[in-house]
Order: sequence, then C-alpha cells, then structure tokens
Amino acid sequence: MNFANLLKIALKALNNNKLRCFLTMLGIIIGVASVITMLAIGQGSKNSIKEQISEMGSNMIMIHPGNMQRGGVRQSADDMQTLEVADYEALQSVPGVAAISPSVNSGGQLVNGNNNYPSTIYGITPDYLEIRKLKVKDGAMFTDHDIKSASKVCILGKTVVDNLFPNGEDPVGRVVRFGKIPMTVIGVLESKGTNSMGMDQDDVVLAPYTTVMKRILAIDYIQGLFASATDEERTDETIDAITEILRQRHKIKDGDDNDFEIRSQQELSEMMNSTSDMMTVLLACIAGISLLVGGIGIMNIMFVSVTERTREIGLRMSIGARGIDILSQFLIEAVIISVTGGIIGILLGVLASWLVTVIAHWPVYIQLYSVALSFAVCTVTGVFFGWYPAKKASGLDPIEAIRYE
Amino acid sequence: MNKEKEIIRVEQLRREFIVGGERVKALRGVSFSIREGEFVTIMGTSGSGKSTLLNLLGCLDTPTSGEYILDGISVQSMSKNQRAVTRNRKIGFVFQNYNLLPKTTAIENVELPLLYNSSVSARERRERAIKSLEAVGLHERMYHKSNQMSGGQQQRVAIARALVNDPVIILADEATGNLDTRTSFSILTLFQELHSRGRTIIFVTHNPELADYSSRNIVLRDGKVIADTMNSNMKSAREAFEALPKDND
Repeated sequence: MNFANLLKIALKALNNNKLRCFLTMLGIIIGVASVITMLAIGQGSKNSIKEQISEMGSNMIMIHPGNMQRGGVRQSADDMQTLEVADYEALQSVPGVAAISPSVNSGGQLVNGNNNYPSTIYGITPDYLEIRKLKVKDGAMFTDHDIKSASKVCILGKTVVDNLFPNGEDPVGRVVRFGKIPMTVIGVLESKGTNSMGMDQDDVVLAPYTTVMKRILAIDYIQGLFASATDEERTDETIDAITEILRQRHKIKDGDDNDFEIRSQQELSEMMNSTSDMMTVLLACIAGISLLVGGIGIMNIMFVSVTERTREIGLRMSIGARGIDILSQFLIEAVIISVTGGIIGILLGVLASWLVTVIAHWPVYIQLYSVALSFAVCTVTGVFFGWYPAKKASGLDPIEAIRYE
Repeated sequence: MNKEKEIIRVEQLRREFIVGGERVKALRGVSFSIREGEFVTIMGTSGSGKSTLLNLLGCLDTPTSGEYILDGISVQSMSKNQRAVTRNRKIGFVFQNYNLLPKTTAIENVELPLLYNSSVSARERRERAIKSLEAVGLHERMYHKSNQMSGGQQQRVAIARALVNDPVIILADEATGNLDTRTSFSILTLFQELHSRGRTIIFVTHNPELADYSSRNIVLRDGKVIADTMNSNMKSAREAFEALPKDND
C-alpha cells in the first residue's frame, strides 16, 4: 500500500463529508485562534507596561520617609520629617548612585494674567531631569547657583504651558505667580504624555528645591529623594548602600525598622508584571479549555464517523484493505483535519489580534511560542483523539462491518 | 481455456461459533471443488450455513477445521493481512446492497480495489476501471455519482468493481436480492455473459429459481451439502428477460 494512494483515499473520504469535516475543524480553529489571541493580549499588555516603566526611568530609586512611630501612633508620610538636606548631601557620594535629587512638592494655583491653572510644583535639583528622563525643550534648566540662592525661577510642563498661555505665546522669560510668589519661567519641558497609570506627566512645574522649601512650604526637611543607579542591574546593590548610610545617619539600632522607605522601579515593574502574568495565565486557561473542547469535538466526530462508516470500512476490507490501511486512512483524515484547522486557527488568531489592536486599541504582541504551542497541542489532540477510533475501525470484523445496518 | 484447473477446493470444512455460551455448528464438514469457468449457485434457506460458507470462500473468515485451497494456495495458514491481500488480488465481491461509496463517481468506485494494490499505477488503474465499466455496459455513466443511479446501475458498478482486479473467482451474495424481477434478470444476464467469457462465478442465493440459470447447483441444509448437481441445460437469462412484460419497468 503506498502513501499516495492512502492520501488519495483519505482526501476523497473527507471530500465526501465536507460538513462533518468542517465542524470538526471548527473546534480546533476556535481553540487555536483563542489561545493565540489571548496570549497576544496578555503579552501585549506586559510589553506596554515594561515600555512605560522604562520610559519613566527603569533604574530610578525613590526614597520616602516612613514607618515612624511616636508613642505607638503611626504617622502619615506627609508629616514625617525624617529626611533632611544633609541626608541628600551624604548620599551624593554613594557608589552606584549616578544622580540624586531631593524632592519637595506643593500643590497650588498658577496664575498668568487672566489665566490660572492648578498644578504641583516640584522642588528638585537639575539631576532630577536625568533621573526622570526629562528634557528641557525651550530655554534652560536652572543652575546650582539658583539652588544656593533659592531663585524664584521655574520650568513648566506642557500641560501647564497650554493652560497658562492658551494663545501660544512663548512662556520663557515671562513671570507667572505660584500662589503669591512671582516666578520667572526659564524653560519648558519636552512633552512625555500620560504614563501607564493614566497620570499626565506634563502637568508639572519644576523649581529649585531650596525655593520650594524656603519660599513656598517654609520647611527645613525634605519630603523625599529621587536617585538613579548607574545601571539597572546594580539597582539592588545601590539600594543596600543607600539603606546602610541612612540607617547610620539616622542612628537606627540593629533590628529596628527603617524610618524611611526605598522603592525602585524594578519593584514596581515586578509587581505590575506579576499582575499581568496572572492575567496571561487566566487567559491561557480559558484558551486552553477551548482547545480541550476542540479536542473533544474531534474525538466525538471521529468516533461517530467510525460507527457511521462501519459499512464503508467493511467494504474496504472485503475488497482488500488491511487493518493498517484503514488505520492509516483514519489517521491521515485526523491529521489533515487537525493541521488544516490549526493553520486556519493561526490565521484567524492573528487576524483577531490585529482587530483587537485596531478596534479596541489594546496593545497585542503575538509570540512565536504561543503559535507553536497551540498548533502543536491541537495537532497532537487531533491525532490522538483520531487514533483511538481509527484503531477501533481497523480492528472491525469485515463480515460484521459489511452487514452493519 | 483449461477447464481442468481447480480454482477452489474445500475439504471437510467446519465452522463453529460460540453464541451466548452455546456452540453453534454453522458448517459440519463441507467438501467440494470448483473448476475454472463454472457458474455455481449455492442455495439454502437461512440458517443453512450458506453465508458462513461464503465468508470462508471469500477469505473473510477462517474455518474451525478443514482445508480450503484457493487457486492452489491454502487459505488456512494465512494471516489476517495475507487474507486481505488475497481478497484484493483473487476475489471479486458483489453484495446484495451494492455497497458503493456514497457521493462517489462510478469510475472511482470501480478503481477502489486497485487503490489498495500499490503495484498498479494511476494510469493503469483508470484504464482497467474503464474496461470494467465497458464490460458491464456502463461506460457512458462513468462520472455519475452512486446516488444518481438506479439499483440495477449501482449493481452493475459493483460488478465492474468486482471485475477490475481480474479475480480468479467472483463471489455474489444475493446479488439480485434487492432488485425487481426485470432488473434481476438483466443482472443475471450480465453474470451469464461473464460466465460465457470464462469467468468463474459463485452465486449465493435462497431463490431456487436461479439454479436453472447456472451450470451447477450446490444445496446446503444445516451446514451440510445435500445436493450437488451439474446443469448441462442452462436457461438463458436474456430470453427470460425479454419474455418479461415491458411495463414491469
């Protein structure tokens, strides 16, 4: 028996039962397409989170005061005054710290003539630009001299500019008021858009930290510190070094809790990744179930088709088909159905992923492994579930089969 | 033509089945031999063992004991696969209910046995199928599908399929059982034509009338041969067919 003849026999048999063939395929098509689409959505959201985090500065380290107790009462972070300018100065020389900036901020109303806009003013050093991956588009950043003298200068984000200068005037050199304090605009930031949390990253005003501390907030402590590690891999080491210095400076005894908190973007990205991983697993489960249902569909139809085609099998055997010929025929039919269904499923999955991007604007990313996996699973299921009925068919007694009613 | 050549020889053929714990003796020692060019009818009522005998002669089944030699080869010692190959090369089956593949053209149905024979090329397969269809007078309906044909035409396709592998024996199992009288006779005429061209035919039936149209009649009862008569005065099925009133159609 040669393979070409068997293939011909199987193809004819499939051609004679187009509807049944299509229904079997449908299970696989839906299974494969849903696995690909769901994994693409999962991976797409993961990638976009990753991208946005690295846009925010992937080696950023944030230090905030925290965990301070006064007579058993925990304090809100805003009231804590554990970080001071001296801490900032001490941390500047820590190895692994590429840039560091203190951070104090205050919300308030910005006024320019008839226009006003509520925003937040961030008191920082020029290092902050490097840490947050910001760029001054027009004008210039303030200098260390401005910090020393607590100059009344500021840099505006795009949203603030749009609201204070709605007619498109050049804000550089103009004086705006923050609350009651007049400040000279010396630069405008390049737009960054919204971040992954939906926060407008352009809704900021930057000023020397000394200005914000002394002239606006009138405080002598800092609210936080932003630093960046020299590279992403060394973030953990750098965090350890910073922790040690701060504990020494704050005279915290061994075993006692820190009075500050250090977080890095890495932690944030891990956290968000684990969330999206969970979503991917969930989606994969749903997709896996549809694949399984597809497999059961194949088994069902293959099983029914053996019963339905008993007479045909009997005839084939009586005119000289051997058991192996019958087995091969049914297996080839199963393989053709599974592989064709798998290929159609892949195409449909890719199309569906594309539609998700176009219509729902969700980021999708189709991974080769998800295509290979779903295709392999469906083919293996198809062939496996096709094998059993085929085995059963090949073992039929031709006498009984040909007289089967 | 060598009339002496023995196509089939069975000796003391026995076949027992166990049905519901009871032993049923379907064949209790059947012996005969059939020579090339004979047209044998095997008759018997239901339960006489004729179906069992047909299955054994068709290499679909093996006897409990006894010897069966087909075209000089002992079937007894064959494996399941060897029997399948034997059926493919040496036997042509014609069934009561035609057993054509549905939604398949006449020529594809006729080609089917040759698809299971890898020594036949695609071209030879087609040529032989056309020749077979010509032999049964259906070459004009080669590309008609089986469900577009009448019972008589379907049975002709089935006969063409039985001829396509050039078998040493044609086994017909109640081949006219599903057909009306007129069509039955036209099919019988075809069998007689094949016989006159030297084909060896075994025709199993419960209809005693058909004995007159064959060259030899074997009667079975309760698993034994009770009569084995040669018929030197074969009736012509064509004459009987032409004698039938036409409105019978």
